[in-house]
Amino acid sequence: MKSLSALGVCLTGAFLTFSQVAFAADCEEITLGSAISLTGKYATNGAHAKNGYEFAIQKIKDAGGIKVGDKCYNFKVIYYDDESKGDRAATLTERLVNQDKVQYMLGPYSSGMTKAIAPVTEKYQIPMVEAEGASRSLFNKGYKYLFAVLSTSEQYLASAVALAAEKAKESGKDPSDVKVAIAVENDPFSLDIRAGVLEDAGKYGMKTVIDEKLPRDLSDMSAILTKVKLLKPDLLIVSGHSKGAATAVRQIGEQKIDVPMVAITHCEAADVVGNFGDAANDILCSTQWAETLTYEDPLFGSASNFDKEFKMAYSEYADKTVPYQTAQASAAVYVFKDAFERAGTRDKEAVRDAIAATDLATFYGQIKFSEAGNNIAKPMVLRQIQDGKYNVVAPSEFASHKVNWPRN
Amino acid sequence: MEQILGNLSLLFEFPVVNLKIVVDGVMIGALFALAAYGLALVWGVMNVKNLAQGDFVIAGGYVAWWLSGKGMPPLLGVPVAFVVLWGIGWVIYKLVISRVIERDLFTSLLATFGLAIMIAQILNLLFGSDTQSIQLEYDTLYFFDGFVDVPIAKLLGVLMAAVLATCVIIFMKRSRMGQAIRATAQDARAARVLGIDTEKVYAFTFSLNSAICGAAGAIIVMVWVIQPFYGISYSIRAFVIVTAAGLGNLPGVISAGLGIGVLEQYGAHIFGIGYQQAVAVMLLLLVLLVRLLQQRRVRQSLQ
Repeated sequence: MKSLSALGVCLTGAFLTFSQVAFAADCEEITLGSAISLTGKYATNGAHAKNGYEFAIQKIKDAGGIKVGDKCYNFKVIYYDDESKGDRAATLTERLVNQDKVQYMLGPYSSGMTKAIAPVTEKYQIPMVEAEGASRSLFNKGYKYLFAVLSTSEQYLASAVALAAEKAKESGKDPSDVKVAIAVENDPFSLDIRAGVLEDAGKYGMKTVIDEKLPRDLSDMSAILTKVKLLKPDLLIVSGHSKGAATAVRQIGEQKIDVPMVAITHCEAADVVGNFGDAANDILCSTQWAETLTYEDPLFGSASNFDKEFKMAYSEYADKTVPYQTAQASAAVYVFKDAFERAGTRDKEAVRDAIAATDLATFYGQIKFSEAGNNIAKPMVLRQIQDGKYNVVAPSEFASHKVNWPRN
Repeated sequence: MEQILGNLSLLFEFPVVNLKIVVDGVMIGALFALAAYGLALVWGVMNVKNLAQGDFVIAGGYVAWWLSGKGMPPLLGVPVAFVVLWGIGWVIYKLVISRVIERDLFTSLLATFGLAIMIAQILNLLFGSDTQSIQLEYDTLYFFDGFVDVPIAKLLGVLMAAVLATCVIIFMKRSRMGQAIRATAQDARAARVLGIDTEKVYAFTFSLNSAICGAAGAIIVMVWVIQPFYGISYSIRAFVIVTAAGLGNLPGVISAGLGIGVLEQYGAHIFGIGYQQAVAVMLLLLVLLVRLLQQRRVRQSLQ
């Protein structure tokens, strides 16, 4: 009997060694943790981010896993639902670290949740690569274990200011003659956008004629648009999540507001083209990423290839554009893969240092972190809605189309 | 401060802006008045202060939005939302409201507050947290050099609100059920003694209220936007209007609704749009203060 079981062990052992040689897919697992919003007000975008994580993990698995030293690994993520609540997210992160013994974290959705989690990951010195928190207040706290692949929020619409200045020059005016109207929601993200726009407008000496805060439950902004009509600014900036985008586009059409340049955020989330058709034409939308950009990398291929393969893997996205929230989530996983391979060890301090030293070309754009942890290599992209299509018009080196100016 | 003065001077520099503000305000106010009328009904008849009022409005909006996504003509959404919310209102009455109606003020406040949270979260789970709206393929009318714009969709919305309000008024005045509701509102015990089935009246009143809200929501989704968590702002306005107008004072509710619409638009223009709702809440405080002083003088309880 004893000899029989010994034989069994022997055989199993032999089989295991054999299979490890034969199938590279039998890699060990590296466990990542993520508290992400699957219910509550961020549920839609939370799901976008999770799909992005899962797509990248599957992609890495298919490509033979992560080579750390001479071993191979695959990622596995433990997800918890933070219910779109900051305190819940922080508690769940404690649980991931203390009970599930997670050593590396992927970010949650939104700046607010990231802000709630970052002190916890910092306390336990857990490296976190996040893809969905853009507020610049995340990067002035001196966090050493927080890294973000996306551009920070003050850059979201700043490029529209540069574009307006460029157009003013072309038409023989001085950029300092440009009048700017700003309407942003009173939340940290949108206030960052406002700060970025004001800063850049200040550099050109532009005048701010309207500077208003939108309420949280905005459904009517005709009061601001009437002022726009009276004061005739050259550039109108609106940022108020999807309700801001929807309200602005609809009422700009209704009130026939003929500002030469209108730049807003969250066009896709509000589906302004699908909902308002022609009224959305020639509006500029900021985005972190677009599938028409010329970025590429060896794992995902080009940006358009990512878009194609993602749609094949997740059929519910088949007839809409893949949101940038998904693309950047995939990029965050890719940063981890790259860092593990360069570190050559699973030691979390070494991995943290490897992440900090990242200088990676990806389908999502160049990724290189500043001392503070934000990505400083990737510019924000401006797209213009031209005949119902989102075409990249700025920055000019990646642009596929020319900007229509003035609007209408 | 400088900005406020600048905004004020715009009003004088371009007088036509005042007209625009009033027109916009009246159009918004008409819908506020509708939701407020439902609240006045429930408050007056059942003495239930329904904190879920705004959430019924949003639920009605989602019914209309969802069905129009399935290919139903958007304008049909108004009667359909009326019927669907009638049913939902009836179920909620039987499940929740009928159990708290005889209890004290706080029980019914807590119950309807819980309902408000439940409805908002259920809508969020069903439809997601993105804002939604229905875009109608109608033109916009322009007056005064394009300064005053009246989208026909909005005009239709206001007209439907007016028709609905008129129907409800006639119903309350003429029909047997309307009489029974008014009798119950005056004195529930006396009504019971005289053979009115007050339980039935309560169920009917609550269903009617949620149906009115549903129709208002179906109009709102065509002219503005809705989101699962927007209910509270309609609840607040309904409370302000009913408190200002008093219960059982229908012309008062309508004029207070329109007045608040206009005042909010002025507030938004002068102090910035971020303070639009603050104007409504300030008004509530003011009304409460005035009412308190009035009561002190004539020594009567708030009716």
